[in-house]
Amino acid sequence: MTASITVEGLEVVFDRFRALKGVSLEVSEGESYGLVGESGSGKSTLLRAITGLAPVSAGTVTVNGKTLGKTRDKAFYREVQMVFQDPYGSLHPRQTVDRLLQEPLAIHGIADGEKRIERALDEVGLGKGFRFRYAHQLSGGQRQRVAIARALILEPSILLLDEPTSALDASVQAEVLNLLEEVRRRRKLTFLMVSHDLAIITHMCERLMVMQNGEAVETLTASQLIGHRVSEDYTRNLLRASEGFVRA
Amino acid sequence: MSDTLLEVDDLRVTFPTRTGLVQAVRGVSFSLGRERLGIVGESGSGKSQTGRAIMGVTPPQAEVSAKKLAFDGMDLLSMSPRERRALRGSRIAMILQDPKYSLDPVMTIGRQIVETLRTHEKVSKAEARERALAMLQAVQIRDPARVFDLYPHEVSGGMGQRAMIAMMLVTGPELMIADEPTSALDVTVQLDVLKILDKLVAERGMGLIFISHDLRLVSSFCDRVVVMYAGKIVEQIKASELRDAQHPYTRGLLNCMPRIGFERHPLPVLDRKPEWAA
Repeated sequence: MTASITVEGLEVVFDRFRALKGVSLEVSEGESYGLVGESGSGKSTLLRAITGLAPVSAGTVTVNGKTLGKTRDKAFYREVQMVFQDPYGSLHPRQTVDRLLQEPLAIHGIADGEKRIERALDEVGLGKGFRFRYAHQLSGGQRQRVAIARALILEPSILLLDEPTSALDASVQAEVLNLLEEVRRRRKLTFLMVSHDLAIITHMCERLMVMQNGEAVETLTASQLIGHRVSEDYTRNLLRASEGFVRA
Repeated sequence: MSDTLLEVDDLRVTFPTRTGLVQAVRGVSFSLGRERLGIVGESGSGKSQTGRAIMGVTPPQAEVSAKKLAFDGMDLLSMSPRERRALRGSRIAMILQDPKYSLDPVMTIGRQIVETLRTHEKVSKAEARERALAMLQAVQIRDPARVFDLYPHEVSGGMGQRAMIAMMLVTGPELMIADEPTSALDVTVQLDVLKILDKLVAERGMGLIFISHDLRLVSSFCDRVVVMYAGKIVEQIKASELRDAQHPYTRGLLNCMPRIGFERHPLPVLDRKPEWAA
């Protein structure tokens, strides 16, 4: 299998704080890869470093065989798109859904906008009726669908998902997770997904990396995790915590 | 359930909006003894507004009405604001979701706890400090004297939430309303905070209302669960019998979360029926 994303010895430093301390990982084409850890473990920073939103101080990122430099070119963003955690913050409040979806098309000079917007909305399960609404007229789940449509409209091969459902209700979360699985299957996408919830990661991903304090703790397959075949105490703690409250 | 601490009968909370009146809570009734009651529902189900109405912190433009809303035999709705204020923070306390927003950012944690205590009890400064430190100790903060002098932004989320629990418990309330007390915390820290809350509630024999969107968490923590949908209670059930829940909404909520070791693709989703809200 060819590698879709290869990260080697990635370091991110904010002032004097080392948020990522030499992290390496490899995601194969068409794979869904999960990153788990508590807040401050560097999992989101890793995603942001790949897209160029965090200052990389050392290490390399290779996407589809191309090693990335300091800046990302347009071609990169046609391959890699990101969906952010908070759909209340990631959509422009004064733009209609139509305008939001047109933006990436305009940036990349894509002509068949009309068709693409219709198809993208259709694909995420929003009808034409949503096209000229504003974000505040949509529920949280609908907003996240718009964010997913915006990511898909450039037909990328890789989606970076930063806690895509943690701001949503449980029942809406199920709908969005199902949608993500469906578009991945249909478009043969590669996922790199961040979550603090082990259950979501094992549901969505084949392999995962557990992170703590900016470092990789261990790399597991989903079935290893389900079978509790883990070697690190930290992972074991996370597993125990995900089982819920138990009265002593 | 020996004595009834709180009685709620036909509670309604109405908000005026540009398009007319909206009832966020539509006739909720339950009673609470010295037990742990969970209120579960999705956003917009009215669970938080129920808690706020009991606490008396409903926004001023909204209207609260009920056939009965009584705490320890006293009618909360006919009380003067002054009497209500005396109750709030001393006999009824509330823990909010995010310590980042609900602690005063320009006051040290210790001062905030002392302030709560001295508002409700006549105690000397020295004694108040002693009790605040003891309370910080009780919520398992390792170095209470140090944390006492810290500002909220200097502590982690878990520590902030413990400080808030300490602040709420220092006056020895009989009823505690916890509105999503652990949703802003990491999973591992969540359990620590819940353990502390569980221990203190049990030791002091308080009544607890635990408001959360997480049905599974609530059922593992509470004795009884009230499930709300669109401002109404759709089901009341003992936490131990949650598996046999009757209402399709409750069952849907239980089912729709991914669980480790249960492969289900796609996940079952809720098929909302209009008659649930009727």
